[in-house]
Order: sequence, then C-alpha cells, then structure tokens
Amino acid sequence: MGRTRKIAATLGVVFALGGAFGLSPIPNTPGAARAAVFNPETFTLKNGMQVVVVSNHRVPVVTHMVWYKVGAMDEPPGKSGLAHYFEHLMFKGTDTLKPGEFSKIVAENGGRENAFTSQDYTGYFQSVAVDRLELMMEIEANRMTKLALTQDVIGPERQVILEERSSRTDNNPAAQLSEQVANAMYLNHPYRVPIIGWKHEIEGLTLSDLTKFYRQWYRPNNAILVISGAVTADDVRPLAEKYYGVIPAKPLPARIEWKEPPLLADRRITLAHERVRQPAWSRRFPAPSAKYGDHSLVYPLQVLTEILSGGATSRLYKTLVVEDKIAASAGAWYDSHARGPSIFGFYASPAPGGDTDSVERGVNAQIDKLLADGVTQQEVEQAINRLQASSIYARDSYRTPARILGAALAIGMTVADVESWPEQIGAVTVADINKAAEAVFKDRRSVTALLLPKPKPENK
Amino acid sequence: MIAFFQKKNLPGQNQNLLGRIQTPSGQNYRPFWRQIVLSLGLSMGLGLGMSLSIAPPVQAVEVERVVSPGGVEAWLVRDKNIPITTLAFSFRNAGGGADPTGKAGLANLTASLLDEGAGDLNSQAFQGRLENLAIRLSFGAGLETFRGNLKTLNRNRDEAVDLLRLALTKPRFDDDAVQRIRSQIEIGLKQRETNPDSRASRIWRKALFGDHPSGRPVNGKLSTLAAITTDDMRQFVLSRLTRDRLIIGAVGDINAVDLGTLLDKAFGGLPAVAPKQPQVPAAKLSAAGDVFISDMDIPQSVVLFGQPGLQRSDPDYYAAYVMNYVLGGGGFASRLYTEVREKRGLVYSVYSYLNPMRKGPQISGGLATRNEQVGEALSLVRAEWKKMHETGISADELRRAKQFLNGAFPLRLSSTAAIARILVSMQYNALGIDYLDRRASLINTVTRADIDRVAKQLLNPDTLTIVVVGRPKNVKATAETPDIDY
Repeated sequence: MGRTRKIAATLGVVFALGGAFGLSPIPNTPGAARAAVFNPETFTLKNGMQVVVVSNHRVPVVTHMVWYKVGAMDEPPGKSGLAHYFEHLMFKGTDTLKPGEFSKIVAENGGRENAFTSQDYTGYFQSVAVDRLELMMEIEANRMTKLALTQDVIGPERQVILEERSSRTDNNPAAQLSEQVANAMYLNHPYRVPIIGWKHEIEGLTLSDLTKFYRQWYRPNNAILVISGAVTADDVRPLAEKYYGVIPAKPLPARIEWKEPPLLADRRITLAHERVRQPAWSRRFPAPSAKYGDHSLVYPLQVLTEILSGGATSRLYKTLVVEDKIAASAGAWYDSHARGPSIFGFYASPAPGGDTDSVERGVNAQIDKLLADGVTQQEVEQAINRLQASSIYARDSYRTPARILGAALAIGMTVADVESWPEQIGAVTVADINKAAEAVFKDRRSVTALLLPKPKPENK
Repeated sequence: MIAFFQKKNLPGQNQNLLGRIQTPSGQNYRPFWRQIVLSLGLSMGLGLGMSLSIAPPVQAVEVERVVSPGGVEAWLVRDKNIPITTLAFSFRNAGGGADPTGKAGLANLTASLLDEGAGDLNSQAFQGRLENLAIRLSFGAGLETFRGNLKTLNRNRDEAVDLLRLALTKPRFDDDAVQRIRSQIEIGLKQRETNPDSRASRIWRKALFGDHPSGRPVNGKLSTLAAITTDDMRQFVLSRLTRDRLIIGAVGDINAVDLGTLLDKAFGGLPAVAPKQPQVPAAKLSAAGDVFISDMDIPQSVVLFGQPGLQRSDPDYYAAYVMNYVLGGGGFASRLYTEVREKRGLVYSVYSYLNPMRKGPQISGGLATRNEQVGEALSLVRAEWKKMHETGISADELRRAKQFLNGAFPLRLSSTAAIARILVSMQYNALGIDYLDRRASLINTVTRADIDRVAKQLLNPDTLTIVVVGRPKNVKATAETPDIDY
C-alpha cells in the first residue's frame, strides 16, 4: 500500500471491465463481430426472463447470478435505503425455507454466496460445484416471489444495516464527503441519494414498504439469469425453464424518466475532519453514460480516461506526480456504466508540504492543455491496445464474465454491446476524443470536493 | 452505478485505499470470499440428502513439477483456455519480518521500487514498456515472504520475462523514484494512524508481540522508513532475493519446455544461495486476557479479539480449521454470525480466522458495533469461545463444515493468478504436489474428538486478548494501550 500510482492503474482496469461497456452507437451487422469477448449463449424464457451462459471448463464450478433491474434509484421519495434493506431480507425465509436456511443450504453444498445493491440494479449469486447448480436455481427461483417477511426478521436486520452504514460512512470522513458531493452533483436525479440510505429514512422503513417494493419489482420479466462456468446453454435451458420459467410475468410499475437540469453553478464542497491526515482534491463534471445523454461520447471518453489515468505513464500521474512533483497521487475516472447521468472525475492529492490549491492548478492546466492541443495518435493507439488486452484478461476468471455481462444487461445494454466492445474501442479516433473532451469539459460547470485535515481541539 | 453495498463484507476487504474520495463502481465490488466447490452426486431437492461429504479430487487441475535446464523449479498448471501466462513467486524469509532492526519497511519499500526502473530503463521507460504491452507485473512484501506476480498475453511473453529479469536483477533505485515512492508510503502510514481498523490491528500486534519482528508493521514507520538507504535496498536484493529461497507457481497456456526456458531467463541470474542471516527468534505472545482501549471519536467501535493459534504444519491444523469454520469462519452460517448478527443485529461484520504465522500464529477475530453495544457484543464472543471450549461441535455441525470446506475449495481456483498463488502456497507450506487431491481426506479425517481437544487447547475465554478502538461503553481497559508510533 501507499502506492497511489498502482491504485490508479488498477482502477483503469476496473473501469475498462466493470463499467466501461458503452451502448453501441453502430448496429451490429451479423457476421461482423470478430473480436468477441466472452462468446456467451443467450435465450429468453417465455415469461421474459433473459438467460446468459458463458462457458469456462477449467474447473467444474459455476457462478449463478440473478440480476434484478431495480436499484436504489427506483425507491419512492423518502424511502432511501429500501432496495438495499430489501436485498438483505432476501435471506430471511420463504414459504418453504426458514430464515437463514437459504444460506445454510448454500454452505452445506460447498457454495459461496452474496448479494449486492447499486443505484441501478440488485444482484444475488452463488458459486458452487456445477452439480449443485440445479439446487441453487431451485432456491433462488423460490425466493423470487415466495419470500415471507415478518416483523421479527426485519427488526434485527435494520440494526445490521445501521451498523453497515456506520462502518462504511459514519466512521469514515472520506465516505461522508462522498455522500455530500453526490448530493451537490445531482440536482434532481435520485443518484443524489446514497444507496445505503439516509440514517433517519432507514429507521423509518416499514414492513409494508418492503413488501410493496418486492411485489412490484421482483418478477422474472424484470430479472436476468447469468451463469458462467463449466456449463453450456443446453445444460442450463431445461433447468431455467423448470425453475424460473414457471413464474408468471407481471406488469412492472412505470419508471420515472429522471432528467438532470443543467449544472449552472460551480460548487465547492469542503469537509475538514480531525481524522484526515492527507488532503485530497477532486473535481467532477457531468458526463453521458451508456444509457443517458450523448452515447457517441462514451467510447471516446473511455479511451480518454486511459490516456489521462491508465497507469504511471498516463498524463496526470506523469506530469503532476513524476515530473512536477506537486502531487502524491493524481488521476481521472469515468464510469459509463449507468442507467442515469454519469460523472467524469479528476482527483489529486498533494505531495508532502504541498496543498490542494497547487494540485487543483496542476489538474486544471492538464484539462486546458487537453482542450487546446487534444490527444496524440500515439496516445490513442497505446490506450486502445491496453483496453483491448484487458478484455482478454477478463476471460481469465470464471466469475468475471457473469459480473460484466449481468451489469451491462441490467442497465439495458445488450450482449452485442459487450461483445463488440474491443472493436468499438478500436474504432475511436483522435478527433472523437477531442470532441468528447470539449463536450464534457469546455466551459462546463463542475463540483469540486476537498477533504482536509482539521487541527484537533486542545481540550482532551 | 457508484458503489455497491452487499450483504456482508469479507474481513479486511473494506479498506478505504488511501482515503481517496471517489468510490467508482467496481471498487467496492468484492462480493466473493475466499473459497469454492465440488462434490459427488446429482442435484438434490431442498434440504434433502445432503449427506455426501467426500469430495473427489479436483481432477480438472493437474499440477506438474517443472525443473528448468538451469535448475529452477516451478509447479505448473496448464490451462489452454486463454492465451496468457501467469506466474506467482515468493522468496522465503524475505518479508518485512526479516527487516533489520531500525529499518522496518525495507522489504516493502524495495518491493515498491523494483518496477520503478531497471537496467537501461528509467521509471517512466520501464512502466511505459509494461503498460504498452499490457503486462501486469507487481511485487509486494508480507511478513514472511517477498512476493511477485506476472501476468502477460502470450504474444508479449518474451518481453514480459525480460522485464521481470531486469526488475529482479538490475533495479535502479533512482533517487527520484525512491523519493516519490517513499513519500507515498509515508502518506499511507499517516492515513492509517487515524483509520480505526489499521490502528486496531497495529495495537493488536504490538500488544501480542512487543518488539518481536512479528509485531512489526511491514510498511515500516515514519522513523524507520526515513532510515532506509538505497544501499540497504541493493543489499536486500542481493542477499534476500536468491534462488534457494524462491518458490514459483505457473499457470497458463505454456508447456513445460517453454516454461523451463522462461524460468532460466527470469530467475537464472539471481544469486544461487543467500548468505547466512540471523534467524528470527520464536515469538512469545504476551497480553493474555488483557483489554486494550484506544480512544477515537467515532460512533462505531472497531474490535479485535483472539489468542495464540497453530502453525500450518501443526498436526491439529485441520481440526482447528474445521473448528474455526463453525465458530466464525465462513459465510452466513457460523455461530458468531448467528448469535451476534443474525439474532441480535449488533454488527454488520463479525468473524474469526486462523492466522498460521510461523512465528506467533493466532486464532483471532473481529467485529464493529456502535459504542453502546461493545460490551454486549464482547460477552457474546466470550460466550461462544467458552461454549466451543467446553462442548466442541455437534455431529451435524461437523458434517456441514466438512461439506462446505471440501465443496467450496475448488471455487478458489477462480483464475490463473489464484491458482498460481495456491501453487506457491502449497510449496511454501510443504503440502506436497498431490495436495489438491489429498486435501479432502485431510479434512474428512477430522473427528469431533479432535475438535474437542483443539478447542480445549486453543480457546480460553478468560485469556482472550481484546483491542477496542472507539469510545466503547461497558468495557474496561485492563492494561495500558501500547504506544504505536507511525
């Protein structure tokens, strides 16, 4: 640890794989896809549930995931934390399983499991021996509609979630600042509200809120089944039909088409805290995502992120940290992978003896230079190479494909978008990137966040 | 988008790296834990017929011993799925625990600088080469070993191996790079000072080990970091990174002959034998039964607890391993999880684990709960410790534990890098090349009597050492918290 540059490099990879699959602006012509990534097989059950299978036969195991196209952004106003709270409750028993029995079954079958909630979706998964796949499907399908919630189980779990909130946020000044910044960044979109929820709203969520949320959103026609590992679609199809195919579809509530008004004023959010030892500066610009705003900018922005921040020779690290020595760390991030409006962010932390003003000037100078001179052909080629290589590495783990495909489909992208990603990235030009940079940064407003040390009061 | 929240965090996986502000999506997405699967039988109905606990060998993974023409050994798993090659390697006795007195952090600083320029390539040139060829090369220091990892597309393998060779044998340690990396590590140390998890773990080790090397922070302290010179690092490379200490795991689309050539190229230039070095003395754990409290103004206290454990080579290791699974080891089914989280909602995370260090192994655990509940949570931990000590585990718990531990093992073989690390660990711990086939039987032979014996020997609720960082209520410190300078 302590190697900021290393972390920046790792993030580049995470973005390329986890969040970088943009909507394909060009329709895929049949037969044209060459550089496929995962070669998944897909089909759709009669009730509308999409199924994706990625084969990897290295070890006789599978990861079985069900993704629901509902996340924190779909919560009713005043009910923040509902999607995440509900996710925890999916382990609390059904018409046939006692509370906790689901996890017991997974464990005694040598499985590992977990679940996660984002702004955009909620997912549940187990990794197990391939011969236990059917059992996992049986119990996962069961809890899609047969959950039996009671006051007895939701009470202690609420306390668990409040402790989770403390661990993640209340104990951590950087996370507290993140929450405040999101709220400044989004004027209108529900992304302004934290996934885990505001404490006072978590405390107020009722059994009826939770049950209603479940009945509205947990349906096969709002779900995606993704399986990767030692199976084929032929293995999966009969099982998927048997367990998931029999669950009736149901109309889903209308989704609100949230739109952000333009950001007209720059904002500066400062948190000074006694426990902060290293100042940190960051600046966020509104940016399009795969499903929001100008999609044609998405791939160019991904390549730009790699140029600015993809490792020790990237522009920001090289100039601010290595050459000018004003920063201990510096980089950029961009996550196109969202149903709603995204962010293009810059961050830097001063070198010892320096301050946030100087890193702010340093990053701004880089943005100005980018707008004035653009990127070079060589930078673009090298960034594309690295990103394309990351799509080969993504096939290494049997778990990664399920995660990437599930996340893409859950926000409304297609398998073709994922599979054509290396090609789409490869088609990005210098001109595309310069145009995208101009669209996102030139004369644009932003939100700046400062995390600062605060001297400890004398009385102790 | 932006940050995932999941049902449960793995211990140690919720670190806020460098306290940076942004948490882009993906960064928090670490939903998988340590392990996974395999078992006999057809799929079964709900709750029925879960009686099979004997897992067959992991046939899918065949381990081959490769010795290069130059005499460098590696264990290889061939995998033709993807055109990549992955290496993991470790040098024994070259971790932070072996750093000279007053130079704590030497192994770690050196590890951070090996890829910051080597041979004719300065830092930017070296990094540029890695990046443009999409080669993933990294080094790191643990307490006991110095580690390296290399992952490359096969089409760039020759170049990757050359860069690895350069890094290991001709690191430059240019002033510029040394200064930059040293200051990054210093910043990390300062940040840890006010991070409750880091502070708890530093106090824990200091309380247990005093000045013994096992209690040392691998990243060093501000004072010791400042004392490390470039000469120290050069000396470290020459005297610690030697072939007699080297263990290698290789996975990927590569055959034994090509691997042999690769091994000689990458590692053949290292000194054959390490000069004699002083042995790290045995560790004597102190602080038995004490409660240490470190004041921090946070709403939720971070708690660590534990006592001496077993080494990996101990004949009772597997019994302890099974026992720990039931106590607080895995998933959503352990006793601690059930009592502290599931029934009472006191925590988000509570766990126990075996830390089988060579010098001073421990069985320990942790939890985090609001200040007002620390007393209650700790009584529950003590009660579980006592219950296990007195009555061991039931036949049913033993059966379930075996099913999980055997069934879940193959899940660990998740990627070439994961398999390569397991190959290194098998060699480091002298588990034998057939370990993957034998592992299930090692677990299956554990009996309730074994667990009774181990629980009686290891778990004593009265001598549980406890560290709390926060402002806990209903807990009294019984000893002065040791100073931990950063």
